[in-house]
Amino acid sequence: MSSTDTAARVQDQPVDSASVEAGLDALETVHAQRTPASVILRQKVLPPVLGIVLVLALWQLAYSLELTTPDKLPSPADVWHSLTDLWYAGTLFSIIWTSVWRGLSGFALAVVIGTPIGLLVSQVKPVRAAVGPVLSGLQALPSVAWVPAGVIWLGINNSAMYAVILLGAVPSIANGLIAGVDQVPPLFLRAGKTLGATGLRGARHILLPAALPGYLAGLKQGWAFSWRSLMAAELIAASPDLGVGLGRYLENQREFSDMSGVLLGIILILFVGVAIDLLVFSPIERRVLRSRGLLVTSR
Amino acid sequence: MTTALTTSPDAPGVGRADGEYAVRLSHVHKTFGRPGSSAPVLEDINLTVAPGEFTTLLGASGCGKSTLLNLVAGLDQPTSGTIEVPGGRPALMFQDHALFPWLTAGKNIELALRLAGVGKAERETEAERLLELVRLGGSYKKRVHELSGGMRQRVALARSLAQGSNVLLMDEPFAALDAITRDVLHDEITRIWAERKLTVLFVTHNVREAVRLAQRVVLLSSRPGRIAREWRIDLPQPRRIESAGVADLSVEITEELRGEIRRHVQH
Repeated sequence: MSSTDTAARVQDQPVDSASVEAGLDALETVHAQRTPASVILRQKVLPPVLGIVLVLALWQLAYSLELTTPDKLPSPADVWHSLTDLWYAGTLFSIIWTSVWRGLSGFALAVVIGTPIGLLVSQVKPVRAAVGPVLSGLQALPSVAWVPAGVIWLGINNSAMYAVILLGAVPSIANGLIAGVDQVPPLFLRAGKTLGATGLRGARHILLPAALPGYLAGLKQGWAFSWRSLMAAELIAASPDLGVGLGRYLENQREFSDMSGVLLGIILILFVGVAIDLLVFSPIERRVLRSRGLLVTSR
Repeated sequence: MTTALTTSPDAPGVGRADGEYAVRLSHVHKTFGRPGSSAPVLEDINLTVAPGEFTTLLGASGCGKSTLLNLVAGLDQPTSGTIEVPGGRPALMFQDHALFPWLTAGKNIELALRLAGVGKAERETEAERLLELVRLGGSYKKRVHELSGGMRQRVALARSLAQGSNVLLMDEPFAALDAITRDVLHDEITRIWAERKLTVLFVTHNVREAVRLAQRVVLLSSRPGRIAREWRIDLPQPRRIESAGVADLSVEITEELRGEIRRHVQH
């Protein structure tokens, strides 16, 4: 055998693999970078602001060209004056708060009711077969359809308002949780089982945290449904007991044929719905997704 | 090094060294679906693994090696036969790291400690110690997605060790890694196996990996999975995957594996 041949035969001897490992770790570690504020401002904030400005400009243009009469299309300035009128009358915040409080407390109740229903349906097969289609069906039904029934059953009062919110939001929240549980990778459940997380411990340590993103999506949608149902209910049901919320304000201004008040009502409803989503749900959702590495920065 | 884990007396792993075996399978059969309706996946498997032994299960696809590991892990039940693991529920590592993305690296390990009954006060120090063991000290607060594939498998190994079991089942844990990372992890698992006196049952389809790691290589035939042949390997550890001794035995075993696969040619 030639000497080159023997040299090629590697013998078993220790290699300093610890330093190779440290080198690999250093090479392969990704340093997550946060997007700088200026980029966020340019890419995330500027476009919607420009969009709003464009809508206002078109609106103003339509008004100035007198496409229709001012009592049908008031100018943006008229709507602004309606807003300042409310502000000076001191009723702006009470109107907004009446609806927001009703919406949020109804939503909180929907979470308390919808979550156990979602868990039960996702975990118990016969319950799922029986209740699953009903939940999906309820989600498709506009909850405003429940307003007449709610008024007859409960009277024109807060209970009827809450009933309509619940019927709108509970199915969304339950369905979100069910979808979240269904999307949990089976590998996590197997890993949990080998670690000894079975039964309630499995639900608490593995299943629920794993299902959290789907659940949050359900909560977000549940809020949107709560808010819509409530506005529809306030528009339809009028009673001194209910006070004046945003929906009632909108209907009142229609009765006065106050078009700028009507537009203001619409804008305020839109504003509150979007604001709660942006201030409450989106930050929580982004945080959860980011911490799991699920948020891909689109660049 | 002594076992650093403080677990309750009935915790897995207690009394391991006294038994004659760490894992014993007797006449194990496994058929999926109704018995007789389909071909058995495993047929009459008899295998005894001594405490502290490193065994690799080698076989082509369809030989039921992962099924076998699931049975030992208690994730599935054999159709007939008995499986004894006197130390209690063994730890299991997968090809996918299976780390929970909602927890940091350290908290993943702490969860395993918690589920194994380790008290709250000791969990954090023990998790740090296990991370040190896999040379990832300082990665406690790292999220799973911030770690490389090799680092994830090391955290998964630390999490498996946190269970406190001395029997470690590994289901192709390094199959998805690149060659150099796999090589480094081979060194790690051999070092930790020796330090902690673990019993390892390691499933792979990679012959060189099997020879690089094990004291004993068990070759399974396919459909049905049966034990075809066994080799004892006396080469000293740590071995190199590219070494002459590993290469020579790998050639022999590969030839045998080819023979097993050829039996399935339809005539």
